[in-house]
Amino acid sequence: MCLAIPAIVIELDEPNLAVIEIGGVRKQVSLMLVDDVAVGDYVLVHAGFAIDKVDEGEAQKTMDLLQELARLEQEAGFNEIH
Amino acid sequence: MRYIDEFRVPAAARELLREIDALDARGTFMEVCGTHTMAISRAGLRPLLAPGIDLISGPGCPVCVTADADIDRAIAVSKKPGVILTTFGDMMKVPGTEDSLASASARGARVRVVYSPLESLAIAAEEPGSQVVFLGVGFETTAPAVAGTMLEARRQGIDNFQVLSFHKLVPPALRALVGLDDFDVDGFILPGHVSVIIGSDAYAFLPVEFSMPCVVTGFEVTDILQAILRLLKMGASGASLEVEYARAVRPEGNPRALEVMSQVFEPCDAQWRGLFTIPGSGLAIREEFAAMDAGTWEVELPEPTRSKGCRCGEILCGRIKPMDCPFFGGRCTPDNPVGPCMVSSEGTCASYYLYSESEGPDERGEGADIGR
Repeated sequence: MCLAIPAIVIELDEPNLAVIEIGGVRKQVSLMLVDDVAVGDYVLVHAGFAIDKVDEGEAQKTMDLLQELARLEQEAGFNEIH
Repeated sequence: MRYIDEFRVPAAARELLREIDALDARGTFMEVCGTHTMAISRAGLRPLLAPGIDLISGPGCPVCVTADADIDRAIAVSKKPGVILTTFGDMMKVPGTEDSLASASARGARVRVVYSPLESLAIAAEEPGSQVVFLGVGFETTAPAVAGTMLEARRQGIDNFQVLSFHKLVPPALRALVGLDDFDVDGFILPGHVSVIIGSDAYAFLPVEFSMPCVVTGFEVTDILQAILRLLKMGASGASLEVEYARAVRPEGNPRALEVMSQVFEPCDAQWRGLFTIPGSGLAIREEFAAMDAGTWEVELPEPTRSKGCRCGEILCGRIKPMDCPFFGGRCTPDNPVGPCMVSSEGTCASYYLYSESEGPDERGEGADIGR
């Protein structure tokens, strides 16, 4: 539940919002908890908020791990969002 | 029943395993992060480690440590006329004293699963005739998001949005655990994303006051093996706090998120399910935001009862492994959880079950018919 998901920032919206992309899906998140985010940055996203910036390499590794966890959880019947 | 279908340990990890073996050292290490629990089980790491090295799972899943009485309160609030209770999906099946949110919902309570507390706020804006109550559960990773949503509710003037705050703080729980007389752990593997918020300095007391070795680490197998290697070396050289996950965790954490969190919440004592009440380990809504506090509602709660036979509390303290519980894999499964450690996919028992860490069906527990 404490897992934050890395995502790339696609565009910045007012007030203090951003459109991010995770696995081909675009979502709007709040930037209230982070400073100085620009388009193209990677952020850690948790519960609809960017909680920190992260470098691209770290983002990619975490995304690979998450894809596999999601597959295994689905097989085992866990269908919660978190 | 599921078995690991491939060998998941890359070459870099095998090299680390060789280094760990070469130390010829022993140790029992506790991780306190549901995602670490999952990552260790996923990699099938425990059997690959030298026989003297044991990994145990502490109270790292906020869903699992939410007290029965808090679940009961959430259910009672959800049954009030005009209320829409919003929650993260993991909380739906968690058993309270008599009921779960899922069964309350089946009987007519308006309970909605959301991904973000901001979705709850949107529901409140769309349905001004309803009172929307968000069930706030989570560690320091989640609490700033809930606090931020409350600030946003105030900014937008939305007055039908409230929060039940059952958030928990990790460092006070670690302080309580290391203070237990029978706590027999040689080091902590500390969580990555909680630490993004609170910073590694929040754990400085562990090596200083308790001589407890600590490593903050990430979620890769190699991250966890690096942490084990460093903890074993500290066993010889003396306890300290190291950050293996420095690429994401700063000593001071995220000051902006901490500021938002402390603007709305203040520390309070909190009951941890299966454990006990831990001083200063919860987050209460500050007086200034009392109008958004659903914890003050008068509700009727069921008489608390002790569950018979469920051993989640001992599992959370590292005293026993999931397969030592008579319910594990028999009466208690992810589809029909008896105890909280089986409910969330990041719970210790669910993680062991998902990746089948026991050797076979005979070690899965016999499903003894002991009433809850």
